[in-house]
Amino acid sequence: MQILEFLKDNLNLIYILTLTVFIGVEVIKNIPAVLHTPLMSGANALSGVVIVGAIITMLEADPTDYIALTLGFLAVVLGILNVVGGFVVTDRMLQMFKKKKS
Amino acid sequence: MMITLDIIYLIATITFIYGLKLLGHPETAKKGNLIASLGMGLAIIGTIFLHNLIIPTFVYSLIIAAIAVGSVIGWLMAVKVQMTKMPELVSLFNGFGGASATIIGLVEFGKNIGNASQTATTMAAIIIGSLTFSGSVVAWGKLNGRMKSLIRLPKYNLINNLVILGLIIFATYFVMSASNSQMLLYLLLIGALIYGVLFVIPIGGADMPVVISLLNSLTGIAAAITGVLYSNMVMIVGGILVGSAGLILTFAMCKAMNRSISNVVFGAFGSSNAAVGDGSQSEKGDIRSTTISDVAILMNYSQRVIIVPGYGLAVAQAQHAIHELEQLLESRGVQVKYAIHPVAGRMPGHMNVLLAESNVSYDKLAEMDDVNPEFKNTDVVFVVGANDVVNPAAHNDASSPIFGMPILEVADAKQIIVNKRSMNPGYAGIENELFYNPKTSMLFGDAKKCIQELINEVKNM
Repeated sequence: MQILEFLKDNLNLIYILTLTVFIGVEVIKNIPAVLHTPLMSGANALSGVVIVGAIITMLEADPTDYIALTLGFLAVVLGILNVVGGFVVTDRMLQMFKKKKS
Repeated sequence: MMITLDIIYLIATITFIYGLKLLGHPETAKKGNLIASLGMGLAIIGTIFLHNLIIPTFVYSLIIAAIAVGSVIGWLMAVKVQMTKMPELVSLFNGFGGASATIIGLVEFGKNIGNASQTATTMAAIIIGSLTFSGSVVAWGKLNGRMKSLIRLPKYNLINNLVILGLIIFATYFVMSASNSQMLLYLLLIGALIYGVLFVIPIGGADMPVVISLLNSLTGIAAAITGVLYSNMVMIVGGILVGSAGLILTFAMCKAMNRSISNVVFGAFGSSNAAVGDGSQSEKGDIRSTTISDVAILMNYSQRVIIVPGYGLAVAQAQHAIHELEQLLESRGVQVKYAIHPVAGRMPGHMNVLLAESNVSYDKLAEMDDVNPEFKNTDVVFVVGANDVVNPAAHNDASSPIFGMPILEVADAKQIIVNKRSMNPGYAGIENELFYNPKTSMLFGDAKKCIQELINEVKNM
């Protein structure tokens, strides 16, 4: 019963999850092998979206709670590393795919 | 104010989907990456400034400082890394994302005591985030050689399954009991970290790309779970996108190697290599080694040469040298092509990136299915640091762990030159009978050194 209750309360969320899974699959399907590495790297950068949560953690933290602020700080640093590093590395990989003018 | 943030999140979400879509085509990939990164930037800036909270200035300064520090370090790491070291860097960045999700879970835990569904979400974020972190770090260590490539505890599959089962039971009990014990929380964290290590250590080097892709997918899921905690749409959708895209990519890689995901994770690779190096060599025939000048002459007077690059080429940083050799041979009227196996290098597509770095032109890179019929009209195949992708055992030895994997049919060519550092087996840990083929000559030595000597030799002709 609890499970049904949970489903009912989170129906919108479940719809979003289902649809997003399909979008992810569709968007990635039939990618040439050449692009697998840049794609993985790009997807990796996107997973850095966790930084948004890290920022919220810091914003919501009690300003006197130094432990929470320190942890939040660390989470933001790690998250932005993932984002910036990920996008820059992907860009570098793709830079090399530029067609040479012959 | 809040509605503006929601709109920004919506825009960011659209850029993620559209960016990922554009990343799937060579001409638009760069634009896709840029669009997605702009969306991410928008989401980050929006999150910092658009809210109803009253935030003391020093918290703002802390956030900005964290972003500045992380951006600079991340940017430097990404710009400085050599292209051959890229796969491990991706793994490391991925680990950072997982760690970030874990920390968020740890901080949020205290705020949600008594709320079963929030606590369950927090636990999931901590477990998935931290096992991704430790697993990615192990994968990073394996790829850059800091860690021994294969460590197998006795009955490792059983142990791993018991550990993860234990973690789930423990987490369920934790949620049910509505406990607020920090100690139990850290115990859970340590358990998940250990599981991440146990998960990756028994998996061989050849399978690391698959593992990294899988862990990448998990980081996405961790991000999405964290998003559920805040009902934050951009995190949920972005995370799930990465989760499903990463999973599809993982399957694509497994498919290229003709292996199932369970085969990779529960490991059959390299476990049946007991026969390697035993006395059976004599019946396979002899290894013939050749010299630089012989190879140079052979290539110089050929009509068609196909180069098969593998990870050995990447390790030796020989991608520029091979391009120089290719140009030199072309100037002598030799037709030169590269045959790229889908899983050559350390990640699918890795070899294309490396060769593109040294300005090898697109049309010289031939994919496996296109190039396989051409081998029989080829005078010389030059295999540089590749092994498993040209192993005929994939066709004719049903007991081989790579049986059924599509390979480059180099044995059809008139002559095969294999450049390797030694007779050591490849990452699959199996013997390669191609080396005993009467048409094959071995050129032992470091790829870069050998190719440079070849270039000098050809130049003098």
